[in-house]
Amino acid sequence: MISLIKECNNMLQTTMVLNVNKIRTDFPILQKKINGKNLVYLDNAATAQKPSQVIKAITDFYENYNANIHRSIHQLGEDSTRLYEEAHKKTSDFINAGFEELIFTKSTTESLNLLAYSLANKINKGDEIVVTEMEHHSNFVPWQQLAKRNKATFKVIKVDKDGLLDEESIKQNITSKTKIVSLTHISNVLGTINDISKITKIAHESDALCVVDAAQSVPHMEVDVKRLGCDFLAFSGHKMLGPTGIGALYGKKEHLESMDPFLYGGEMIKDVTINDSQWNDLPWKFEAGTGNIAQAIGLGAAIDYLKKVGMENIMQHSTDITNYAYEKISLINDVKIYGPKPKNRANLISFNVKGVHAHDTSAILDGEGVAVRAGHHCAMPLSKVLGVDATARASFYLYNTKEEVDTLVSAIEKVKRVFT
Amino acid sequence: MENLDPSYSGDGMYREHIMDHYKNPHNKGTLDDADLTRTEKNPLCGDVITISLKLENKKVSEVKFEGRGCAISQAAASMITDEVKGKNVDEIENMTREDVVNMLGIEIGPVRTKCATLGLVAVKEAIKN
Repeated sequence: MISLIKECNNMLQTTMVLNVNKIRTDFPILQKKINGKNLVYLDNAATAQKPSQVIKAITDFYENYNANIHRSIHQLGEDSTRLYEEAHKKTSDFINAGFEELIFTKSTTESLNLLAYSLANKINKGDEIVVTEMEHHSNFVPWQQLAKRNKATFKVIKVDKDGLLDEESIKQNITSKTKIVSLTHISNVLGTINDISKITKIAHESDALCVVDAAQSVPHMEVDVKRLGCDFLAFSGHKMLGPTGIGALYGKKEHLESMDPFLYGGEMIKDVTINDSQWNDLPWKFEAGTGNIAQAIGLGAAIDYLKKVGMENIMQHSTDITNYAYEKISLINDVKIYGPKPKNRANLISFNVKGVHAHDTSAILDGEGVAVRAGHHCAMPLSKVLGVDATARASFYLYNTKEEVDTLVSAIEKVKRVFT
Repeated sequence: MENLDPSYSGDGMYREHIMDHYKNPHNKGTLDDADLTRTEKNPLCGDVITISLKLENKKVSEVKFEGRGCAISQAAASMITDEVKGKNVDEIENMTREDVVNMLGIEIGPVRTKCATLGLVAVKEAIKN
């Protein structure tokens, strides 16, 4: 009896986490037909769709407030500066960072490159920089190249057969010579959720900095930089319902203060003489040139939207949908799923149909209106570990439904029919 | 923007002759005594094509390809090897994406163009040197 009540409660919870039908009406593109079929958008790890609230915020800015910020002493200049700084505040609050600790960039990639350049003078010959096998190229190549330039040692933590970071390899690779440990919060290929607090502790015991690529996690779960304890964290607006062209870098204040700027130019300056220059206060010290003002305001609107729905609810919904998809796809013969069991998995599933290239799978799914990503997902070292050239990847978000998963599953069955 | 060609994808792409070339590729293998060889890769999806060919009086007398990748890249490479056999190098240099589209008989979107033309690019690069 008790188990029955528990089950009912569970069912009630899964159906009431959020109102998907209402949410879907906010996303104009979800009404679109693809090849005559309803669009089933399962490429959220690449980029998320935008609600009309975000689209309107951007239009509203251009129609009513457009001016450059921090310099134009007129009404529009005051308005645009206020809106931009509000967006800054919303974004830093969203990850529980201080206002001075969050820098707007164009993307996660730019955030990580900024770090790799601005931290360069702290890396000497013989120092170690540690990443993992499951990194996206954007959190792999900048560190690999920094190590090359500064004659440091570039080390890579292994992924085990279950798609998790290998415990032994973590211990072996992070040593007293390690200066930077940079890893992803959620793998964009495997869906693995890494224990950032734990790795941060290990890094700090070696006096190393811990950098987190949070491009996949900030859109999907509550991320609190104070609780994680990491030194830096990077993410992108466009994967969290915001526009492209806006991303962010969090850094502990003491680090950002001691670092050199990455870009020099307007707005990051306090004083310039013939011989020297002084940098502006944080966070503006790292925001040279006219930034992506409308995009920042769009990101602010996206954060309002996410907070209204609730990050806990979004995480729960994505987990429910992913678990359902995992179960359904596992039942299809000749389909291999990569990465960990649902327990350690976020909102995505990479898979291959036996004997079919992921691009062909993706093209046939598209014919059924189902949009997935196919390829190496900008993680070529991981593809090598998995022993595949490419995988297809379905990734879920707050507007996806179990019915859409059913459409995906029957489209995968169609792939098998076309190729046998 | 509403009228994009829908034949970019879907099972309609995988017509019988394309699947025939994919499953039973023509001229598959390598020439041990090749005059020219060239490997081309498509980093987007990991397609790889290696072309080896022999020239006689500036004409392709023999050609083979090795490779792996999606059905479109492999079928197109198979068709290309049929097509260039007996052609002289000037004719091959003038071949374009449109020739590949005609051979495949389907419209190819900008993302997939790299897959479809990989075999042609390998042949053209081989004879260029």
